[in-house]
Amino acid sequence: MTATIPPPAVGGAHVATNAARGHRGSGRLAARRSRVGLLFVLPAMTLVVVLFVIPTIYTIALSFFESSLLGDLTFIGLANFERALADPALVQALLFTTLYTVVVTAVLFVIGMALALMVSGAIGRAAAALRTIVVVPVVIGFATASYIALWLLDGRIGIVNRALDDTGLVDAPISWFGSFGTAFAVVIVLVVWKTVGLTMLLLMSGMNAIPGDLYEAAQLDGAGWWRRLFSITLPLLRPTIALVLILTVISSYLAFDQFFILTQGGPDRSTVTFVYLIYRAGFIDFDLGYSAALSVILMGILLLLTAVQFRVLRQDGDR
Amino acid sequence: MSARSSRPAPRRVVYLLAAVVIGGLFLLPILWLLISSVKTTAEFAAVPPTYWPQTISLENFQRLADAGIWHHALNSTLVALGTVVLATLLSTLAGYGFARFRFRGSSILFLVLLSTLMIPFQSIIPSLYAILDSAGLINSIGGLILVYTSFVLPFGVFTLRAAFASIPDGLEEAAIMDGASPWRTFTSVMVPMAVPGVATVAIYAFFNAWNEFLAALIFTTRQDAFTLPVALANLQSGAFGTLNWGVLEAGAIVSAVPCIVVFLILQRYYVAGLSAGAVKG
Repeated sequence: MTATIPPPAVGGAHVATNAARGHRGSGRLAARRSRVGLLFVLPAMTLVVVLFVIPTIYTIALSFFESSLLGDLTFIGLANFERALADPALVQALLFTTLYTVVVTAVLFVIGMALALMVSGAIGRAAAALRTIVVVPVVIGFATASYIALWLLDGRIGIVNRALDDTGLVDAPISWFGSFGTAFAVVIVLVVWKTVGLTMLLLMSGMNAIPGDLYEAAQLDGAGWWRRLFSITLPLLRPTIALVLILTVISSYLAFDQFFILTQGGPDRSTVTFVYLIYRAGFIDFDLGYSAALSVILMGILLLLTAVQFRVLRQDGDR
Repeated sequence: MSARSSRPAPRRVVYLLAAVVIGGLFLLPILWLLISSVKTTAEFAAVPPTYWPQTISLENFQRLADAGIWHHALNSTLVALGTVVLATLLSTLAGYGFARFRFRGSSILFLVLLSTLMIPFQSIIPSLYAILDSAGLINSIGGLILVYTSFVLPFGVFTLRAAFASIPDGLEEAAIMDGASPWRTFTSVMVPMAVPGVATVAIYAFFNAWNEFLAALIFTTRQDAFTLPVALANLQSGAFGTLNWGVLEAGAIVSAVPCIVVFLILQRYYVAGLSAGAVKG
């Protein structure tokens, strides 16, 4: 949930107010105010430049070098990228991360939508309590949630296997992280439990912004619940839906914690995500140059995804 | 749109029933963990596991000290509080600066900030490590505070810029007419008006810093510098075979409870902050 708030448009009204203010004051006052403004933003921008802009440029530069364990750098041109494109681990991680992103986004959206419909506009303590409860897992860390899952699902001391056994649903304890299918399913369930509250909240606030008289008018015209959902709620919710999908796709593409703790990339490296690959190249194999090249590829993929999705958003706005 | 007070009784019952079942499913893992945590350490690791504690004991929590968990919880607390203070302070200053002043380069600086939303920190890890290393900020609480603050700043500045921009011009102008300095205007007139936004940013900063895993995993290499989530990972992998489940899960409780408490107390600001973002989007 890193990038929760989309950039508010650098609005025309805002610029106009500032221009008016400039005209009103004397030239010297305006200049002083201008310097003061810079002072206000300087501390934050310094930190952003040092810890974000410079590392970004440095990462791109580093991707053209080979680094030794001692930290010596040798310029090797595009060799890191050539190696990456021929690396079966990269193909595997790309495929898996994409599969994970598609499945998680679809499941989160459907369940989040159902929950949002349940709690939005509903007055009463039941809806308010449900909303709070569903959001509780959101605020717990992904790592912490993973440790809880690890314990619930453990092959020997896990209560899930005991319960399945006692109810006669399985004959032998399931080794949840032993096969790709169950490991994948477990992570999906964990991620839905942990993050669907956020999806619900975002969709809910979008629904609450739809004028209530639209529903009343539709009801008077005899439109049923489903009709109102498909003719009013979903069309008017398009911008919010687009935002939710962007946020989910990006955060899913960056998944790491739950895989590092639960599956450790296994079985057979089948659940290694893209960020996991960067982590392994950089901090297990100490291959910083290659890790930087993978990072640049990830940057490119995410910029592409964002650009595509912004285009979709803008088309929404033109409607 | 689904629920109105005029809903017929049977549908109300179905709704309540569904709410109870769904709410129960979401709470179950946490409740189960809390109930099981008062088993003895031996019973916690029993094969097969018991459903209910046979004897009530706080052994798992008492043993947290042996595993050094309190030390790591202290690290996490310092990192989280430091991030909350620094990120909130810098976001408030910059939010005000961008909302209320027009200066040379302001649109370029804002564009730089905007671009940070599109490039995630996960893709700059290798060089971030190198930069922190050269500044001696690996294994340092201060280093993590700086890194986490830089994660929070884009969200924080955007949120507070919107908050300050929505305050009517008249208030600020009246203060300036009265001869208040820009700093005085900022602290006594503007900030009090933006408190909900400031609270949203502070909460967001707390959750991010307290829960963050990947950066802490990479930027701390010495055990005494580990934050809580990394210490738990170390417990999990380091003592393989003799893993003390009771201590690991008691540690997970120590990690989860502060977040739940903060959320329950301040959820108004948390939800409002997210909603503001969604509606503007």
